Amino acid sequence: MIGIIDYKAGNGPSVLSAVAHLGYKAELVNTPERVLQMTHIIMPGVGSAGATMESLKELGLIDAIKTAVLENKVPFLGVCVGMQILFDHSEEDDADCLGFLPGQVVKFDREKVRVPQMGWNKVTFSENMGYKAEDDYFYFVNSYYVVPEDKSHIWGTADYGGLFTAAVCKGNIYGTQFHIEKSAKAGLSLLNGFLSLKGGRL
Amino acid sequence: MRPVRVIPCLDIHNGRVVKGVKFTDLKDAGDPVEIAAAYDKAGADELVFLDISATVEERSTNMSVMSKVAKAVSIPFAVGGGIRTIEDIERILDVGAAKVGINSAAIENPDLIKTAADKFGSSRIVLALDAKKKADGSGWTVLKNGGMVDTGIDAVKWAIQAVELGAGEILLTSLDCDGTKDGYDLELTKAISESVSVPVIASGGAGKLEHFYDAVTIGKADAVLAASLFHFKEVEIMEVKRYLSQKGINVRL
Repeated sequence: MIGIIDYKAGNGPSVLSAVAHLGYKAELVNTPERVLQMTHIIMPGVGSAGATMESLKELGLIDAIKTAVLENKVPFLGVCVGMQILFDHSEEDDADCLGFLPGQVVKFDREKVRVPQMGWNKVTFSENMGYKAEDDYFYFVNSYYVVPEDKSHIWGTADYGGLFTAAVCKGNIYGTQFHIEKSAKAGLSLLNGFLSLKGGRL
Repeated sequence: MRPVRVIPCLDIHNGRVVKGVKFTDLKDAGDPVEIAAAYDKAGADELVFLDISATVEERSTNMSVMSKVAKAVSIPFAVGGGIRTIEDIERILDVGAAKVGINSAAIENPDLIKTAADKFGSSRIVLALDAKKKADGSGWTVLKNGGMVDTGIDAVKWAIQAVELGAGEILLTSLDCDGTKDGYDLELTKAISESVSVPVIASGGAGKLEHFYDAVTIGKADAVLAASLFHFKEVEIMEVKRYLSQKGINVRL
């Protein structure tokens, strides 16, 4: 079963719709027990990094997510803030995050671009994941972006007043800064790629 | 430059898409779910729904329709119209809307923007700003209650204040231009765009392809919205996008 982490102010239902649209069965999960039973985990994201971490703590999900992702190597997809919290720390709310990937989350420069970035942007994917996603437009809503310490974790980049990391990947861990569930055909196709993983890589 | 968004706007009344002139003479224009899916397929970058319900029952009908829309489309949509409380906002986001537009209630209680932005994130809170030229030509004032009441508040100042409070985007409608098809109010759009750091959606007045181009180049809008022009198929969405692209504007084709 595909699990979509359900936390306050998250947009779990939208992700659930997109997954159902592709013909997969999924459920919203908010208990550690269920998290550990999932074959795939999607961490949707809206709102702030701090609020998201707080919500995960309140639900007591952090240890279960760690076990599922780091030990059981369940394919994990973090979306938007759900990707940002994969890193060590976010400038937003000065929040300590999950730390699955080394790096920081920083804010776009208001002097250079409109913040939040809101709308479509072209993502160029690297081939170093053994899978070449097709470069295409995806829908972004973000004021912050990730700066991975290990550049080999960068899966896709986009330009917003300079190149920024739009997607990351390390083993079974994937993240997209863009809203994969709101990115028309391109998003659905990428999501389909993730959902068809069998404990492996795209 | 990043892609400019082309956004159709749909008025929803009692669970149906309606077309009318300023809330009167409403004609049924079809099923929101079907129309939304068609716009998604036709290349729309986002959708805006304006809930023009008069009663609580109609509003709840519309929410159940919005929930169906959320399942049927693969692009983001915003819902505005009659939003007064944090609970209203939460209900709309819960059915799958990406964003909520707040208008009159924010004017009466600016703190609503701050509370909503703190709770749901700035990027989900859109300030819907209806503006009209001042009689002496010295700028624009903010209108509320669907354009019925002139608040006398300066539109540029209000935009700046709302963004400081946490609005993540501005849906700017010129009441002078709305429905005229003579083009967007470029001066107004430019004045607001240059005063705030968040994206601005130009609305009101689109009648032909050049108008969209002008809104982006002269008005400095980040997105362009139109309603009847798209509903009546006078202009197709892809036509706008191809036109902009040929003129060197970045769009998602």
